[in-house]
Amino acid sequence: MAAVGESRVTYDARGLAEPFAEAPRTAEIEHGKATFDAKDLTTRQINLELRRLLYEEGVKDVIVLNPGSKHSLGVGILTRCRITFGGSLGYFGCGLIDGPEIHVTGRVGWSACENMMSGVVIVDGNAGSLTGAAIRGGDLVVKGKVGARTGIDQKGGTIVVLGDAGTMTGFMMQRGRQVICGNVGSGLGDSMYDGTIYVAGTVKSLGIDCVPGEWGETDTELIERKFQIYGLGDPPEFQKFVCGKKLYNYDNLEPSERKLVL
Amino acid sequence: MCGIAGIIYRDGTHEVGRDMTRMLQSMKHRGPDSTGYALYRPHDHQLVMRYKLADANTPRDFEFSDRLDRHQHQVLQRLKSMGADIHDVEEQTEYAYRAAFTLPNGSLKELADRIEDIPDAEVLSLGHSLEIVKDLGDAEEVAEQYDLKGFTGTHAIGHVRMATESDVDISGAHPYWAYPFSDVAVVHNGQLTNYFQWKRRLERSGHRFQSECDSEIIAVYLAEKMSEGASLEDAMRDSLEELDGVFTYIAVTEDALGVCKDEMAAKPLVLYESEGVVALASEEIAIRAVIDHEISTHDPYEGEVLVWQR
Repeated sequence: MAAVGESRVTYDARGLAEPFAEAPRTAEIEHGKATFDAKDLTTRQINLELRRLLYEEGVKDVIVLNPGSKHSLGVGILTRCRITFGGSLGYFGCGLIDGPEIHVTGRVGWSACENMMSGVVIVDGNAGSLTGAAIRGGDLVVKGKVGARTGIDQKGGTIVVLGDAGTMTGFMMQRGRQVICGNVGSGLGDSMYDGTIYVAGTVKSLGIDCVPGEWGETDTELIERKFQIYGLGDPPEFQKFVCGKKLYNYDNLEPSERKLVL
Repeated sequence: MCGIAGIIYRDGTHEVGRDMTRMLQSMKHRGPDSTGYALYRPHDHQLVMRYKLADANTPRDFEFSDRLDRHQHQVLQRLKSMGADIHDVEEQTEYAYRAAFTLPNGSLKELADRIEDIPDAEVLSLGHSLEIVKDLGDAEEVAEQYDLKGFTGTHAIGHVRMATESDVDISGAHPYWAYPFSDVAVVHNGQLTNYFQWKRRLERSGHRFQSECDSEIIAVYLAEKMSEGASLEDAMRDSLEELDGVFTYIAVTEDALGVCKDEMAAKPLVLYESEGVVALASEEIAIRAVIDHEISTHDPYEGEVLVWQR
């Protein structure tokens, strides 16, 4: 029998549970800047060390070396801080964050920055599919190319991609902006409700109810500002795509319901 | 979910058995049910046949071992009656065997059919360089059981399985040999939705199916196309149109390794390419398990077919 409060893993066929992991306390803190090597640490140990530094030690600048494409690193960080990953992240990297400024010097896998609330994530390499899935705020800048379904279900924030993007980019997007400097695959902005997608390269095909939008001054201002902030050079010329609002009857009541309300 | 991996060396033979074990073990969380390997030795004049005479979870009744002995005896007899000159027979587990022989004349299809005519027998692979090994358990366990760590060759693919479409047994495990086409194998991550259509179509043209697993279709489909004269790459391109569902699969022949990703890009694949080696896997950690320096990788796009020669 497990004692009260004791956690017990009864089934772990996939070998992922680490119920007894503890922060390894291997970080070196110097002038308010912490550095630790993640090479021989497990996912939970890395995340626990990160949280210990940010929440217990009050460090605001952490460098994680050799993340080695492990999954789910840097997730759920809810404080303003600066984190640098010296290498690549696996799937679900930097998900559910609110506030941090994160720099990944390698690439990220699928579902990077999923559900980000605010903050900045800069990725020097490529990204997998579902990049910035359901993000609600903040800026995500990918300097390489991204996979399919970038910003699926995006509800806010800005995603900037310097390379190409795959199929179904901006699928079911509800708000926010995407700036794609390369070419995009088929079904751009399929079933989007709202938001704006800027594309500098070619568009293989538009998705259902995604239409070219009218360029305004605010568009120029936004793109120039983002390129300036992240030092991306002179912006290329973009086309703008928005929702055609033909499919858009999301918050329109059915006639019978309307009668009921009135 | 399943995880797939492939590695092909362009500069001669390497320890692909050890490499593939590392790659698959690091993706164990994607599929703990079974693990499979398709490993390629340099071409040899002799044929190697991997076969099993029972499944790992076949009930062990009192007659179990007698029956295996009897069936194994029949296999060897039938090989000899086909004119095969048997060089070596290894019993690798109580139910899985490896036989090396030369077959001066006679077709591989006929040979495979005659072996599989024996109750419970399944030819896992047959070829001059291909050897398929699959069993329940993770990569380390299977590699240990079948002594794969010392296997040297030019390329290999592997699969860790989380069973969704059919039973957890060896017949349902990947890779699949493209019966009766020598030295072709496939691993697949995904689900095919026009499975029964293709199964019926291919059965009519004389192919046999050993499992209820949808992925077996891909191997046989490619074999059928290639027997009609298509190249591996063309056959894979056709599959984009003709197979429905979601898939990322890796197909290998004696001297090439190809990958195909469906038009929805629903299943992941990470690719690393250098001058000496190409490694690809469902997750980057698998590639990092065999490449010891910092690497830069990317994900192929939807509808892409890529083929590398060794």
